[in-house]
Amino acid sequence: MQDEPTPIELTKAVADFLRNDITPLISGHQAFKLRVAINALDLVTRQLTLEEGNDATEVARLRTLLGVDGSVTELNRALAERIAKGEVDLATPGLAEHLWATTMDKLAVDQPNYASYKRELGREG
Amino acid sequence: MIEAELSRSVVRWCPGATGATAAAKLSGGASQETWRFDITHPDGNIGAILRRSPKGYGAAPTRAAGLAAEARLMQLAFEAGLPSPRVLHVLTPEDDLGTGFIMQRVEGETIARKILRDDEFAAARPHLARQIGGVLAGLHKLPQDRLPTLRTRSATQEIAEFERDYRSLNWPKPVFELTLRWLCNHDPGPSAETTLVHGDFRNGNLIIGAEGLRAVLDWELAHLGDPMEDLGWVCVNSWRFGEIDKPVGGFGSREELFAGYEAAGRRCDPARVKFWEVMGTLRWGIMCGGMMQRFREGPDHSMERAMIGRRASETEIDLLRLLAPRGR
Repeated sequence: MQDEPTPIELTKAVADFLRNDITPLISGHQAFKLRVAINALDLVTRQLTLEEGNDATEVARLRTLLGVDGSVTELNRALAERIAKGEVDLATPGLAEHLWATTMDKLAVDQPNYASYKRELGREG
Repeated sequence: MIEAELSRSVVRWCPGATGATAAAKLSGGASQETWRFDITHPDGNIGAILRRSPKGYGAAPTRAAGLAAEARLMQLAFEAGLPSPRVLHVLTPEDDLGTGFIMQRVEGETIARKILRDDEFAAARPHLARQIGGVLAGLHKLPQDRLPTLRTRSATQEIAEFERDYRSLNWPKPVFELTLRWLCNHDPGPSAETTLVHGDFRNGNLIIGAEGLRAVLDWELAHLGDPMEDLGWVCVNSWRFGEIDKPVGGFGSREELFAGYEAAGRRCDPARVKFWEVMGTLRWGIMCGGMMQRFREGPDHSMERAMIGRRASETEIDLLRLLAPRGR
């Protein structure tokens, strides 16, 4: 068991330092790159926060949908193959719901400000 | 220094020019660069742009039309009265600048977020979707017997190519698989006519001024194919930059786009446009994956590329919105 602070606390502290202390000192292309760097750290923080829970519910849905067990990667590969073969499609009960839930969870980590995501999140109200 | 070579070049073909100054690189990958510079002239300096492959980078990627073809297409568009920069000079070996061309610099904005939000463009925005329709119709009407040699691509070939690109990423994505199946099942077949297709007509490649569209840039992906491809690509959500209820680049509606296109004497096929919008959304998603791969394998090990890999999921939600929309 590792000591604390946790990875989430560390990435958040570094991102806050860059955002609050370094951003005012930098301009031009370097400022753009700094924004990208801060975005990357924020993404990592969100992933560290959400990934475990998201993966667990994704695996549970995939098991039900496919009737087999495996890691989240194995199950995604299996689903991809079944869709490619035409064995599973949007008429398959649960597929659309699964893809929506999985995609919403991914956007919550990758791009929570993306307009399509915010629109769909509002729909879930 | 590139200004020395530019100076030697411009005095040869630009009457009265005395040299070149203020050269600055605007963008540059490994194989293609864009520079801005001024041609010094006693009547007033002339703003110019150099697009080139530096010496030693002759071979273009397989999908690219090549810089000579790009120059020819821009000049044809300019001569047809379409918003396009005038080509001033096609590079020759004596220029010692590599291969490429020099064009007139058109002032204006290409950054979508500014075009969609700044007051400067408020008067232009309501007219852009219709204007884009008219300009696309004009590009599709360019005389085929004067076009450079270009590859021909049908919908069927494009599906196969994107499937190959996607599989090469070894990146199991159920939403992309579903989209590939949808595309195969909805392949509209060969189009009634084959025309010039710009191939990358979208925000970022359009120079906009206070009064509207000033220039269409970047013919790198030009080919012959279904003209509806350009209409679908300009509607891909990734180019709306947040204005998701205005499908045409965040400016306006498909109806306005189609009206502008048809007013210029060409017919639209909305079902084909939808097909190409789905195709285009997948295309950008696979390109995001390609960015991730190039980040991993180098030589461009940049944060920016890495983070674009994490934008593939944006295309997944947009594909679901197109193919499996939830209740309104």
